[in-house]
Amino acid sequence: MSWNRRHLLTLEELSLAELDQIHATAASFKKILTRSVKKVPALRGKTIVNLFLEPSTRTRMAFDMAAKRLSADTISLDAKSSSTTKGESLRDTAQNIEALQADMIVVRHSAPGSPLYLSKILGIPVINAGDGAHEHPTQGLLDTFTMRERLGSLKGRRVVILGDILYSRVARSNIQALKTFGADVTLVGPSTLVPKHLEALGVTVSHDLRSALADAEVVMLLRIQHERQNAGMFPSIGEYTSMFGLNQQRAAWLHPNAIIMHPGPINRGVEIDSELADGPRSVILDQVTNGIAVRMAVLYLCAGGQPEYVTPTG
Amino acid sequence: MPALWIQNARVIDPANKRNAVGDLFVKNGLIVADLSAADKKKAKVIDGTNLVACPGLVDIHVHFREPGQTHKENIATGSHCAAAGGFTTVVCMPNTSPPASNTGTIQYIKDVIKRDAVVKVLTTGCITVDMKGEALAPIGSLAKAGVVAITDDGDCVQSNELMRRACEYAKMFELPIMDHCQDHSMTVDAVMNEGEVSARLGLKGWPNAAEDLIVSRNAILATYTGAHIHMQHISSRNAVEIIRRAKDRGVSISAEATPHHIALTDKCIEGYDPKFKMNPPLRTAEDQEAIIEGLRDGTIDIIATDHAPHTDYEKDKEFDYAPNGILGLETALPVTLDILLRKNRFSLPKVVDLMTRKPADLLKLAAGTLSVGAAADICLFDPKEKWTYDARAGFSKSSNSPWDGEELQGRIKTTIVDGRVVYDGKNVRKR
Repeated sequence: MSWNRRHLLTLEELSLAELDQIHATAASFKKILTRSVKKVPALRGKTIVNLFLEPSTRTRMAFDMAAKRLSADTISLDAKSSSTTKGESLRDTAQNIEALQADMIVVRHSAPGSPLYLSKILGIPVINAGDGAHEHPTQGLLDTFTMRERLGSLKGRRVVILGDILYSRVARSNIQALKTFGADVTLVGPSTLVPKHLEALGVTVSHDLRSALADAEVVMLLRIQHERQNAGMFPSIGEYTSMFGLNQQRAAWLHPNAIIMHPGPINRGVEIDSELADGPRSVILDQVTNGIAVRMAVLYLCAGGQPEYVTPTG
Repeated sequence: MPALWIQNARVIDPANKRNAVGDLFVKNGLIVADLSAADKKKAKVIDGTNLVACPGLVDIHVHFREPGQTHKENIATGSHCAAAGGFTTVVCMPNTSPPASNTGTIQYIKDVIKRDAVVKVLTTGCITVDMKGEALAPIGSLAKAGVVAITDDGDCVQSNELMRRACEYAKMFELPIMDHCQDHSMTVDAVMNEGEVSARLGLKGWPNAAEDLIVSRNAILATYTGAHIHMQHISSRNAVEIIRRAKDRGVSISAEATPHHIALTDKCIEGYDPKFKMNPPLRTAEDQEAIIEGLRDGTIDIIATDHAPHTDYEKDKEFDYAPNGILGLETALPVTLDILLRKNRFSLPKVVDLMTRKPADLLKLAAGTLSVGAAADICLFDPKEKWTYDARAGFSKSSNSPWDGEELQGRIKTTIVDGRVVYDGKNVRKR
């Protein structure tokens, strides 16, 4: 099966075969990262613009590194250096980037749907690097890639996502991918951040940490932002930690082989104890490394490359 | 001005319980019972065969953007949209720039109306100075200047005490108060209905409860002060129930629904298209059903469009940043016919009543009737004709409509104001 998509906007629209294709391509690219010369000519002569209109560290670096590993030229623009500060519209900014003969645009924006909007007005591929609270597709891809590395098939696996789901693009992308892989997803956290209507995403919503974690094979933590407390979403950081923070005692409720994930940045001592973040069950740094391989795969495929080989469905 | 003789139309005039095929006569700008033989010879004849003739439609909620935002619309073009939509009387909201919170601005608007408008355009004034919700506007002076109601439009007065005083004060002048019911503390940064769809799209939600709270507040203040409060564009099923119960107790409140809230739901937003962005937001099918039932049993009194023009470049943005609002005047009748008449089996006279006599009665306007002696404001439409709406070929300066490019059923053929044809089915007769 060949790859037919020009853009990567959401994981909701990807089939199981397409997720498999990306993961298989990422697996082959990951091998490159261990070589002494970590570079292939796959995108030589291509220019990729990273338009990051919202702050980002690891995603931006990972996209930049992924493009360079494929020999593409990269240009990064942030909110301060783009003309959006002068009142230019997103349409005009993006059309200028296209007119400057960029071959692909990677966009991070606070407004949900903005990559979809760009995909309708541009003739070059658009990669969603996070659109508000909507989706962060490459994060969902790297997270599920990491899970499959550790657990193999995700079908029927019990995955818990814990924390601020309401505002999390990471959660939404993971939910979409995990559903396609056939995993059993439970969202847990305070009812203000995990409202009942999230069940519309095809998952279980729970506010009981113990029953949610019992025998879970994956627990994915999400960062708790102080702004949410100021907005009255929970009483205090301390209370959050006491009710929903992952500590050694609570980690014992998990399946013996369970892995602990976090998209970063971590608030040590808030959503997760430091020992757990650095412990043997943690795959947090694996996620970061896999982020390069997965983004290489996405850039390569959307630029018109084809999967080198495809593994059977996991 | 020649007499008019509309022949063989289905005349629907809810005010006079008329619903039969027949003729309508107009002389000197007024409805008359008949014309003399001599007048009939000279009269302009309009063939009404297979058409409905009803009072000119009345819309008590439009935005014509003049003064201040005339790149979106002005009183002239707004009135052209009204004429093309079959409306002969419309009421403008005061969220102009500057807002209509002093008599000077009201006088300016009235002067422009007199000069430019092809239909009857009436004005509202603000409840508070510059719609800031801080101090009462000169409501008595505004009443004297001719406003037909007061409202802070989208800037719902948040202080219960200030709203109470506004009600007490406006009651002296028998001025109705119109309110966009929104608790701002619950809708910070909200861009669509809060629920399953917003959860999936990652867009900030505007919960029904924010509307319900203010509707409840207003019912309580109407009871306490005796003032009449009209709830604009109701969108929540709970709000319908709150209004129903208050009306059962005899509270002096009324409510409107828009064509878009009865025709569209929040599922329309799945493609992040700002042409579906409005305030209050499109809600769920359950909300929609409750509003339609409210229209059926009289809990919701009228249809109003909330005609809200914005230019293409203003709407062509990320969903979060696009302004709220859509055009409404040119599509209101066919959309309402589709939902109420065809899909929910309202009678045609009932639909006409919701768009003519009832809105006129609400604000005590001399409109909405074909009574002998009344101004000859008449709408002729073909309820069966199908046509495709092209917003850019319409009469607004803007084209922000969810129905742009859609096939609609029901078409305005002629609009008459004071016995003068202002729209002939194709062109507006400009002043």
